[in-house]
Amino acid sequence: MNAGRLKDGRQRSPVSMVTMLLLALLWTLPTLGLLVTSFRSRDDALNSGWWSAIVNPFGTSWTFSNYTEVFERADMGNAFLNGIVVAVPATIIPIMFAAFAAYAFTFLQFRFKETLFIIIVAVMVVPIHVAFQPLLNLFGPNGLGIAGQYLAVWLLHTGFGMPLCIYVLRNYMSSLPYSVVESARIDGCSNFQIFWKLVAPMAMPAMAAFATLQFLWVWNDLLIAKLFLSNDNTTVIVKLQQLLGTQGQGAELLTAGAFISMVLPMIVFFALQNFLVRGMTSGAVKG
Amino acid sequence: MSTTSSTPPVGEEVPQAPSDEGPGGAGNVGPSDAGLQPARLVLGVLGIAVSVWLIGNLFLAFAWYPQWFFDSKILMGVLGLVVGVGGAALLFWFLNMAIEALPRRLEHGVMPYAFLLPGFSLIGLMLLFPTVQTIHYSFANRDSTAYVDPIWANFTSLFRSGDFWSAMFNNLLWIAIVPAVTVSLGVVVAVLADKLSSASEKWSKSFIFMPMAISFVAASAIWLTTVYGYRPPGEPQTAALNAIWVNWFGQDPASWLDIDTARLNSILLMVILIWLQTGFAMVLLSSAIKGVPEDTLEAARIDGASEWQIFWQVTIPQIWGTIVTVFITVLILVMKVFDIVYVLTNGRNNTDVIANMFFREMFTNRDAGRATALIVVLLVAIIPILIYQVRDFRKQEAMR
Repeated sequence: MNAGRLKDGRQRSPVSMVTMLLLALLWTLPTLGLLVTSFRSRDDALNSGWWSAIVNPFGTSWTFSNYTEVFERADMGNAFLNGIVVAVPATIIPIMFAAFAAYAFTFLQFRFKETLFIIIVAVMVVPIHVAFQPLLNLFGPNGLGIAGQYLAVWLLHTGFGMPLCIYVLRNYMSSLPYSVVESARIDGCSNFQIFWKLVAPMAMPAMAAFATLQFLWVWNDLLIAKLFLSNDNTTVIVKLQQLLGTQGQGAELLTAGAFISMVLPMIVFFALQNFLVRGMTSGAVKG
Repeated sequence: MSTTSSTPPVGEEVPQAPSDEGPGGAGNVGPSDAGLQPARLVLGVLGIAVSVWLIGNLFLAFAWYPQWFFDSKILMGVLGLVVGVGGAALLFWFLNMAIEALPRRLEHGVMPYAFLLPGFSLIGLMLLFPTVQTIHYSFANRDSTAYVDPIWANFTSLFRSGDFWSAMFNNLLWIAIVPAVTVSLGVVVAVLADKLSSASEKWSKSFIFMPMAISFVAASAIWLTTVYGYRPPGEPQTAALNAIWVNWFGQDPASWLDIDTARLNSILLMVILIWLQTGFAMVLLSSAIKGVPEDTLEAARIDGASEWQIFWQVTIPQIWGTIVTVFITVLILVMKVFDIVYVLTNGRNNTDVIANMFFREMFTNRDAGRATALIVVLLVAIIPILIYQVRDFRKQEAMR
């Protein structure tokens, strides 16, 4: 974020200060409005806008009931657990497979190397929608019979994340000093040892960068979870989508549900922001 | 692990005498060629087979016999993670062992492909095979059991339907508006933030970046609740847009997402995506702007250029590469935009897009032929971007 330039010594720019303040407000207010509404009673939220609760916090009846209700009536606790069970393996497993491939692309010489890597670059752009109908058939009751289960979604996310993961890791690995690998080889280390003891630890920042991006994608994904998970195994985002369809009675649960769906990615986001930025600047295009 | 190991193909060629000393066998110390080692080869191949078999079956057991794991989701998640990662490590370890047991020359030839194989198999299974199959299905009937007659009937029926062209038009609108606006906003924010003190720069950027963590669905919930919501006339308006519209302008409340005059509803949906993506654009552009060498700016200043001229003629050309990257990333995202449209309007009132139409054909109408034909259209539309990406990659590699 810092190109080594000093902030002081430059003129203050009131125009940019005011504009940025307004923009930051504009970008935050909708989220804040949702958060505030989620803690208001149903009647209260129906009688005045969310801004009135911010302007006059003592004139509002605050309550946790939306949260307790959404856990009871919309099965949010189970969905939250499902989200974690889906997202954690789907984030970590692709890294294992991709890291070895990236190692081969960076440190080994072989024929068709460029062609194979170009396949990776091309596949990154291919929309994942191509996979749904064929894989619904393959995973469905007439195929493997795993549709609706975690396994189906782990497989899908592992496959869909693979090209990007190989790409990101390979780009990072090619910035590592080749001489270290070379001398390990002369010392008689096998490729597996070089990878495991030298390259993988050095590539940790890139792995963390990919993991951050992939976690956000998997957690926030609607389409794959909706198509490939049964109702008992489904994630928070699908539950939230179902809540969005509710009108009238129960509509107040939406705000609490939305906030619950945002908690974990927000924590990941703020804790790993630097890795996220690094992941994005290393060419994160996903089809 | 032991006596034999791989080295770059330098030095002496050792005769390829088969040795059956097995792992840990004496005699070949250091990086010299042990030729073919049948015992290690067999052990390695067996190890590969066993680990693939074990991983495969254990994972299938999660799906088929959850009662073996006491129906515990946490247990299955933890086991899935441990077996997925550990199993993959074990698989590569045996792969490495089997291939090292080969004579040196073969070893060097095979090892790279062995390391690529598991990853590429997954890509093949999850992306390449389905792509071919999707194209195949697009010529078949609704349950993919027979070809339609004529073979391109799915496409002709699509091209003849008004819904398809309406969705296409909306997609084009999204493509024309969202990437350009996102990039422009990203540039503006990045430039303005660059002029702030470093603390306020950090904070204001965090706030604009934050929606990156929010899902499309939650973002739709946010905007519906706080901005676009509609209550009938007479009731208090609790969402910002109608509150302003009714209380300040004295109008009747409007159900904004139903108004398709000038595609207003589509544009309101686009606002949500722009809100989500501006942070991404800003982060990339901001680091590009900070990478612009100060002396080029200084030189322009000395030549008497105004800040405006400097921005357009010095800064923009130097960050053009990043602008294009961001533009393309957002463009790809927009071409297959789905979630926002699906949850807020589901294509009603002329807001339909291709990906939503695909979902409806596949899930509601259960017509695999039409659904996959829509994806083929999307695939064809993405080919130019694909070619661009590959060429761009080649150019970058040439500069390395």
